[in-house]
Amino acid sequence: MKKSKKGLTAIIILLIAAVLPLVVTQSYYQHLMILVLIWVIIGSSWNLLAGYTGQVSFGHAAFFGIGAYTAGILNTKLALSPWWGMAFGGFSAVIMGLVIGYLCFRLRGPYFALATLATGEILRLIANNWVDFTEGMVGILIMQTFVSKLPYYYIILCIAAGCIGVIYLVMNSKWGYYFVSIREDQDAAESLGINTTLYKNVSLMISSFFTGTAGAFYMNYMGFIDPSVVFSLHNISIQSILVGIIGGVATLWGPALGGLVMVGIQELFRSAIFGLAPKWVSQGHAMAFGLLVVLTILFMSNGLVGDWPKIKKIFIRKTLKEIS
Amino acid sequence: MSIFEAQNLVKYFGGLGAVNGVSFQVEKGEIFGLIGPNGSGKTTVFNLINNYYPLTSGDIFFKGKSIKGLKTHTICHLGIARTFQVVKPLARMTVLDNVVASAFCRFNTIKEAQKQAMEAIKFCGLEAYRDQRAKGLPIGLRKRLEITRALATQPELILLDETAAGLNPKELDQAIALIKEINSRGVTVIIVEHIMKVIMTISNRILAINHGQPITEGTPEQISRNPEVIKAYLGEEYAQG
Repeated sequence: MKKSKKGLTAIIILLIAAVLPLVVTQSYYQHLMILVLIWVIIGSSWNLLAGYTGQVSFGHAAFFGIGAYTAGILNTKLALSPWWGMAFGGFSAVIMGLVIGYLCFRLRGPYFALATLATGEILRLIANNWVDFTEGMVGILIMQTFVSKLPYYYIILCIAAGCIGVIYLVMNSKWGYYFVSIREDQDAAESLGINTTLYKNVSLMISSFFTGTAGAFYMNYMGFIDPSVVFSLHNISIQSILVGIIGGVATLWGPALGGLVMVGIQELFRSAIFGLAPKWVSQGHAMAFGLLVVLTILFMSNGLVGDWPKIKKIFIRKTLKEIS
Repeated sequence: MSIFEAQNLVKYFGGLGAVNGVSFQVEKGEIFGLIGPNGSGKTTVFNLINNYYPLTSGDIFFKGKSIKGLKTHTICHLGIARTFQVVKPLARMTVLDNVVASAFCRFNTIKEAQKQAMEAIKFCGLEAYRDQRAKGLPIGLRKRLEITRALATQPELILLDETAAGLNPKELDQAIALIKEINSRGVTVIIVEHIMKVIMTISNRILAINHGQPITEGTPEQISRNPEVIKAYLGEEYAQG
């Protein structure tokens, strides 16, 4: 009963998402919807590794960037269609993930987080300086395939749905139990017969695959990347953490909602509340998002989805008060 | 043939010899006790057995094969399960999920693992707490959860590390009954315990260690009469009583 209700909710959300761009036809809003979906993927992937498996990554830009650069470089160097890049982007991110996992999973907790932070930055510097291969700071420019946003929207929607679907299936299997066990106590997990090194890497592989695929899609969609965009510490690595925190760490839909909130706030401020507010407001989007994170941590430490019952209670109490 | 054999275990942490030349054999179906004063190296012996710490030297045999240097999780798959003295519940998981996670050691599908976990939970009398989070359980039940989890991996040898410490007298009797029940199912038990009531009533044989070195090995009566054990650990009073 409960399961079928959950499935129904998912189908309804998917249907709404599928119909939405047919209703909202302005390309600006379609662009925002695509951005939201990209963040749904990055946030959910981050959440699988950090939220469920407990291995907090400060360097998810590494996978995003690798995916994007795989698509870009295959196109500029080998003249392969960037859509091939999308097929390979995820896999090259997985390979990078295994390298990072091999190096960083010897460390635990905050040390692991710092190590991932460093690897993300190292990759950005490599992309900046290995000019022959990556074009350096100039970045990579490719021709976009479609003029319309619609094809892009449906492609990224499929990837996002696939991402959430895979995470749902994984978390309801042996792997999911193992991931959470590792988060709760790595030593106990190990002595319960769980190969913690293996399963941490499995989690990282799934996470990096989807993040890399999102990166490759970004290359296709935007047509331009440079190291400071796709390997960005604050715009990718840190944002992916914030998306998770606001939506709810270790919840299936949390990062998806977090992505929606984040892109919403960002654009609200960037456009100075649709031009209604004075122009300096547009400088404040990072601060507004930061404030939201602070408030979330203070008052709803489980995020919007994680603390949903709590939020519902407050609203119900309010309406009850009004009635009486 | 003995199911388990420790040969001359040595563990140094830097210059400190925590365990220094401990050897013992455990027969199949036995309850083997390990006693000694605080800091004598009992828990370190357990940590050496499942390779939580690597051995400095020595060797460990399980069912005739050396398990020295094997990964902790591999040792669990071979059939040696352990509990922790300082309990390590998977805090934000329910009791059932805690046990299911360890039941996956032998099963691959959720259904089978849940069935196995429920059996272990019933066996240990935790049904009433099945859906509670492990975090909120009192210490007695958390200790019991440790045992339940270890049992769900279907071990042939179980290492119990002070599972009776901190329990009240009633819980203590239940713990003794549970350990006996586990043993009667054919699981060999090695137990570390400070509470003499537990260790003296259930052990077939006991090894007493001090400063990481064995003092003596024998039946509970032999141990309780041994002057060295009395001097190092039990104290005069217990020996007379």
